[in-house]
Amino acid sequence: MRIDKHPILDFKRGKKIKFTFNGQEIEGYEGESIAAALHASGVKVLGESILKHRPRGFYCAIGNCSSCLMVVDGMPNVKTCITELKEGMVVETQKGKGKIV
Amino acid sequence: MLEKTGIPTEEMIKEVFPSIDRINKGPVAVIECYQKIPCNPCVTACRFNAINIGDDINNLPELDIEKCTGCGMCVSKCPGLSIMLIDGSKSESTILFKIPYEFLPLPEEGTIVKGLNRKGEYITDVDVIKVLNPKSFDRTPVITVEVDRNYLYEFRNIRVEG
Amino acid sequence: MKHVEIAIIGGGPAGLCAAISAASSGANVLIIERNNKLGGQLVKQTHMFFGSEKQYASTRGIDICNILINKLSKFKDKVEIMTDTTVVGMYEDGVITAMYKEEKYIKIKSEAVIAATGAFEKTLAFPNNDLPGIYGAGAVQTLMNVYGVKPGNKVLMVGAGNIGLIVSYQLMQAGVEVKAILDAAPKIGGYLVHASKIRRMGVPILTRHSVKEAIGKEYLEKAVICELDEKWQPIEGTEKEFDVDVMCISVGLSPLNELLVMRGCEMKYVPQLSGLVPLRDENYETTVGNVFVAGDISGIEEASSAMVEGYLSGLCTAEKIGYKHEKFEELKNDYLNQLDDLRSGAVGKHILEGTKEILVN
Repeated sequence: MRIDKHPILDFKRGKKIKFTFNGQEIEGYEGESIAAALHASGVKVLGESILKHRPRGFYCAIGNCSSCLMVVDGMPNVKTCITELKEGMVVETQKGKGKIV
Repeated sequence: MLEKTGIPTEEMIKEVFPSIDRINKGPVAVIECYQKIPCNPCVTACRFNAINIGDDINNLPELDIEKCTGCGMCVSKCPGLSIMLIDGSKSESTILFKIPYEFLPLPEEGTIVKGLNRKGEYITDVDVIKVLNPKSFDRTPVITVEVDRNYLYEFRNIRVEG
Repeated sequence: MKHVEIAIIGGGPAGLCAAISAASSGANVLIIERNNKLGGQLVKQTHMFFGSEKQYASTRGIDICNILINKLSKFKDKVEIMTDTTVVGMYEDGVITAMYKEEKYIKIKSEAVIAATGAFEKTLAFPNNDLPGIYGAGAVQTLMNVYGVKPGNKVLMVGAGNIGLIVSYQLMQAGVEVKAILDAAPKIGGYLVHASKIRRMGVPILTRHSVKEAIGKEYLEKAVICELDEKWQPIEGTEKEFDVDVMCISVGLSPLNELLVMRGCEMKYVPQLSGLVPLRDENYETTVGNVFVAGDISGIEEASSAMVEGYLSGLCTAEKIGYKHEKFEELKNDYLNQLDDLRSGAVGKHILEGTKEILVN
């Protein structure tokens, strides 16, 4: 799902890094958002709706809409579309509203 | 038609094409800008003052076909990619078209690619003569193709397979 | 509490130009940007802009972004930039609160504020419109042009305004197939030159069409569209199915106006400007003294206008707090004329009508 050659853009990707999504190891690049790294690996379903448990993906990708909330390193309600991916991050699907410690 | 589908009518196309006599004399621009929008880079791009829009930036560009030398500076500058060059001076049976093309892969010189009309439909095979992509074109390459004269008013795009 | 002369909320095209203009007038400015870098949505605009040389016409949005950042860097001693910082409140006493990352709250007191927060993408109501794979068109643009990731393989674009048309073209440049572009309106809303360059790539543009429903279990698998009659109602029997894994929704933007409402600015719903916008004077000052606006927050328009509004607003804000540019009158007239030019044609007419609705003395 990654674009290799582009007529206008030259993608300078950061260092390749590893993180986990629901326990499964995935590779991404430093500097990209968590949602972008997940999408590049084919993960479109990021969470579920609170009441009806319908699948949720991102919608706006710029931090406006909260459709992409996930649990990251134990913290719920993280906007994964604007949160930078870090080596070793533990990313999980969020069920419900999330508990704030 | 155009405002419903994105396809200009034959009458609209013929209106912006220079005369056959002018086309046969050598390269000349065809500006397919049919809608008044605030835009004027074609005017600033032309060193020969051949393109004019008057005082209001929303006016449609007018081409002076006598001043136009067919240099092609306007082709890659038009943000709407609405300008191409045509040249009927090289052969009686074909026309040289210079069109902007911002996709990969770029065609290779000396190969044959698919010639498309304004709906993106295949109409005829065309020969790729030149592929220009200098820095000054700012990532809008200009492709020269040789097209059967019968498709003068139809040809508008190419498809590169592979 | 941090004290500044002018706080600019948002570092997109409007905010950057406002900062350049205010700093060149001699004022000290602070740009507060929620993203980790400046540029707003310019960072994903790979196409050339329209307008005139003054609005960087014929230059690609991504390059305009760098031009503006370079211009701004000439005023290093006057400009402070806070990225990763989201403004969360604007209060009656002039205090702004902002959050840096998820870590700390910051209080800022400024003599004047320029709100240049931009806009957000609207959505469209149809069954299953919440399935993953159904994204804002701008979101897809971010994914592919900022991160270099394809949204999927086959796309249905909903909306033939400039964003819908441009993103369709950019999807094809990224090697993604665009099956069709729909629009409920009887006419294409975006620039026809954009429409023509997509049509000649073979993509049909279907006016008077809308989405009937999306189909899929975990994510989008199919989209059903239908034709609309003159009253915008679905015509039975005209349904068509598309095998697509992505649907882009490009049905317009809404001004990001919450901070202005919170601050007590008088607001008005103006359809031509795409939503609830602040009343303002010629200098882009709202009904709350020393609170100025620029860009999409004061009505949805092209980025070219946002930049000019930024320059104008920055100039006038600086003047209001005692930093009058030596060429103030000349510059102000130039910016006003540029805006008139951009709005005087057929496509800008509704903007011009809209601005009349919100102009106060």
